[in-house]
Amino acid sequence: MSDTQNEKREWPLYEVFVRGKRGLNHVHVGSLHAADDQMALTHARDLYTRRNEGVSIWVVRSEHIAASTRDEKDPFFAPSADKVYRHPTFYDIPDDVPHI
Amino acid sequence: MSTAHAAASPDSDAVQELESQFDATIARDQRIEPRDWMPEGYRKTLVRQIAQHAHSEIIGMQPEGEWITRAPSLRRKSILFAKVQDEAGHGLYLYSAAETLGIDRAELTQRLLEGRQKYSSIFNYPTPSFADVGVIGWFVDGAAICNQVPLCRSSYGPYARAMVRICKEESFHQRQGYELLLTMMRGTREQREMVQDAVDRWWWASLMMFGPPDDDSPNSAQSMAWKIKRHSNDELRQRFVDMTVPQAAKLGVTLPDPELRWNEERGHHDYGTPDYSELKRVISGDGPCNAERMERRRAAHEEGAWVREAASAHAAKQAARARAEAAA
Repeated sequence: MSDTQNEKREWPLYEVFVRGKRGLNHVHVGSLHAADDQMALTHARDLYTRRNEGVSIWVVRSEHIAASTRDEKDPFFAPSADKVYRHPTFYDIPDDVPHI
Repeated sequence: MSTAHAAASPDSDAVQELESQFDATIARDQRIEPRDWMPEGYRKTLVRQIAQHAHSEIIGMQPEGEWITRAPSLRRKSILFAKVQDEAGHGLYLYSAAETLGIDRAELTQRLLEGRQKYSSIFNYPTPSFADVGVIGWFVDGAAICNQVPLCRSSYGPYARAMVRICKEESFHQRQGYELLLTMMRGTREQREMVQDAVDRWWWASLMMFGPPDDDSPNSAQSMAWKIKRHSNDELRQRFVDMTVPQAAKLGVTLPDPELRWNEERGHHDYGTPDYSELKRVISGDGPCNAERMERRRAAHEEGAWVREAASAHAAKQAARARAEAAA
């Protein structure tokens, strides 16, 4: 693609993730358009952290995100549905056993 | 059992299955998320509503923005700057939410510029005095809060989440406006008259922000069934009136409605009927400032074109340089 075509194209879409404070994960907060990564970071700062909402920002081109399918009934999540023994409540322990 | 993936089932069965899943999600009061199947009408309604909301925030920068260079003190100028910047931010949160519905942001801007999508009628009124800045914060942002707080529970996830962020910031907008008016009311007689004049000019237009009356609001019932909207226009208008009356008393201004009085039986204030023919006129393009607002928006878009192009060219050059260095 030539540079001229590039200039005419809309800026790509980025997804924005913000770490609210130390000790927390980055959380998805929204998206924005920017010409490149650096601009995406500064725009994300101006747009999503105007009131000390973050100590760290990640931006990633939306097209680089791979996602599971949308159907809730998709067999993709089936392996986790029928394994109740993975949960602590599956096990009966007498009430008088301490600290368990 | 038929699912969307069962190739054998006829299309209508598959769609019915998807539709009943969608209805069940709404009935459980759960959120619809971007990649979920949704009826075309639901998507269209959301695109229209969210885009109109986003455009309102962006156009809404203009009436108050005019006062940034003329604010009476550095304190007021800083506050106004922050507020107008927030409006830009709100517009962008909302465009971001609209984009999850598979519509392009540039396309939405285009639709606004071509007059195919609308924005709130309220921003077509002029701001001839600095008291207008205060009254906009108090009335317009107050009305926006009434409208938007229930939208934080809207059935479409990205819209609801954008509204949560916006509502947190609107509270600052309303309070700075009211505080500005309190300050003016402690000033000279002339300043108090400016406040009353602004109240007189903005009151009815603010009531119209809630849209046409319920019996003349064709899209409302479907939006409520889909839980996009949670309350009717008239319910929200009543809430705004009830909220504002004691604030006006405390401020020492008169709301320009001779029919306004407390109704013990209803537990609400009775109030007069806004001139809805004016609302229709302003929405259809014939308000005091429609042409000016659109002209300003168009000019900003066109005059900013070289910046967008330069940034793209810079990004392309940097990327090419990085590729060359990697190859070397």
